[in-house]
Amino acid sequence: MAISVKVMRRPEAGRTSYMRATLKGMSLTFRHMVRPTKVTLEYPEEQPDLHPRWRGTHRMEVHADGRPKCVACGLCPTVCPANCIRLVGGEDDQGNRYPIVYEIDEFRCIFCGMCQEVCPVEAIHVGQHFENAEYTRDRFVYDLDRLMEQDHPVTLLWDPSDPRSE
Amino acid sequence: MGEMQELSTFWFVTIAAVKVVAVFTVVMGVVAYMTLAERRVSAFIQDRLGPNRVGPFGLLQPIADGIKNIIKEETMPGTAAKFYFVLGPALAIMPAVVTIAVIPFAAPLPTPVGTVDMVVADVPIGILYILALSSLAVYGIVLSGWASNNKYAFLGGLRASAQMISYEVALGLSVIAVLLLVGNVTLTETVWKQQQLGMWFVFPLSLAFIFFLISALAETNRLPFDMPEAESELITGYHTEYSAMKFSMFFIAEYAHVVTASALLATLFFGGWDIPFWTGDDMFRHEGGWIRGFDEAGAPIPATPSVLITLLTLGAFCAKTGFFLLLYIWIRWTLPRFRYDQVMHLGWKVLLPGALGYIMLVAGTMLVLDQLEVPYGMLYGGVLTAVSGITTLAFLFFVDRDRVISGAHRKRNVAGRRLPVAPKAGGPAATS
Repeated sequence: MAISVKVMRRPEAGRTSYMRATLKGMSLTFRHMVRPTKVTLEYPEEQPDLHPRWRGTHRMEVHADGRPKCVACGLCPTVCPANCIRLVGGEDDQGNRYPIVYEIDEFRCIFCGMCQEVCPVEAIHVGQHFENAEYTRDRFVYDLDRLMEQDHPVTLLWDPSDPRSE
Repeated sequence: MGEMQELSTFWFVTIAAVKVVAVFTVVMGVVAYMTLAERRVSAFIQDRLGPNRVGPFGLLQPIADGIKNIIKEETMPGTAAKFYFVLGPALAIMPAVVTIAVIPFAAPLPTPVGTVDMVVADVPIGILYILALSSLAVYGIVLSGWASNNKYAFLGGLRASAQMISYEVALGLSVIAVLLLVGNVTLTETVWKQQQLGMWFVFPLSLAFIFFLISALAETNRLPFDMPEAESELITGYHTEYSAMKFSMFFIAEYAHVVTASALLATLFFGGWDIPFWTGDDMFRHEGGWIRGFDEAGAPIPATPSVLITLLTLGAFCAKTGFFLLLYIWIRWTLPRFRYDQVMHLGWKVLLPGALGYIMLVAGTMLVLDQLEVPYGMLYGGVLTAVSGITTLAFLFFVDRDRVISGAHRKRNVAGRRLPVAPKAGGPAATS
């Protein structure tokens, strides 16, 4: 939604009626006062309508057997501009790579969503979630188990053929 | 019928005490809920919802605010004059809550021990008492502004004193028109005379009503006349340095003034507790009894006080006062603040001569009507209504469209010449 600037034309001196202007103003405020539609969103009861590309805290996708989809390729810590992802990769006896440590510091994160864009196996996502209050600071470093527990909807990636996600 | 049983001294004192407590409690309650109404109505005007979290529809918000203000820390500026700093809020709140005492709020109530006037104190100096005490309110403001030892607070206090003095004059002069028509200064008689005239004084004294409304807005320091506070210029003016309950006392004082002014507007110009189009509620103390009016021959018609009439008239009074309370809020959230020189201009150059001229006009019209021996009634009021209506329209016409008051955009001086415009730097005027 583009921001539009309304330019007010100021009438010349002596051509404005203050009485009319005052009465017009009073009637305008009265009409707004009795208007039933208000812009306030009563948040805890009403939830905001998030845009499909709105980016919030992360979520790690899991396989059906409960393993994380992450293959510890190391692309997300490399691309992360805020340097908030700590990844220590490992390899099991079948040669499958998996993350031993996967931590995201949500305080450092700038929610750019590049980790999700760069992930080759669609494992790490930013999500549609913002109610993250905690009592201590260290609770904001999400480890792998915490990321896998998250079940909020994930963010839609930008599609060049549909730039406004309509 | 119509005979009045006088209260014994014991019952008079007891009932007076009860009335004092009741009226004070109701006024404080209205003040508390005015703060909520202000926030809710302003929110509704701005398409918001306002505070609706505490209790149903936010109705417990004033209680929460009160508890917060009481348990907050009281701060005292190190350089403040301590005694006067504490005295300021007390002086501000006191006149605000005592002025309501002389306003009659319902028809007399019959009780087993006698008929009780529904007014805390029916003092013979009614309106004069209100004028005297309401002008005392400025002392609290000036004193707190000075004692804070803060230049913005001081400026706010100075502005308050200048504004109060200016508009006190217009307020008093606009009331004189009412006094002329009533012939007395008690507010009970003001209500009675409006019932006898058959119309509320807002019609025969329309211009006085407009002057009074404007002056009352200025007297209570409400927008568009909130020069003493003027957040964008003076932080918050005289109560900049105040916190917690001392700040709250200024707040209570302002709203108590608004309640008094609204009740006074309703009483002086909208018939007080009178119910329109019904003479059954007319009641006045006359030679030891209650009368409804006088018949053709001039004999008094007796009236009987009843609980039902008292309740109905109380409702009428509350409705009228409530309307003016709403009007106060409504005006505040519609009109922007005046510039300081405009406030002074309006007070001294428009309202003062306007009110003086209007008094002459009303007095002259009444003199002519009395000479023609027109009885005090509908015709009497009708002639005054016509005269006042024409005057009001003429006044509004001349005040409008920069004829008397001009906005900031007017670049001409009084003689109509263009004011010299400073040459632009680097422009042709500067280079040549």
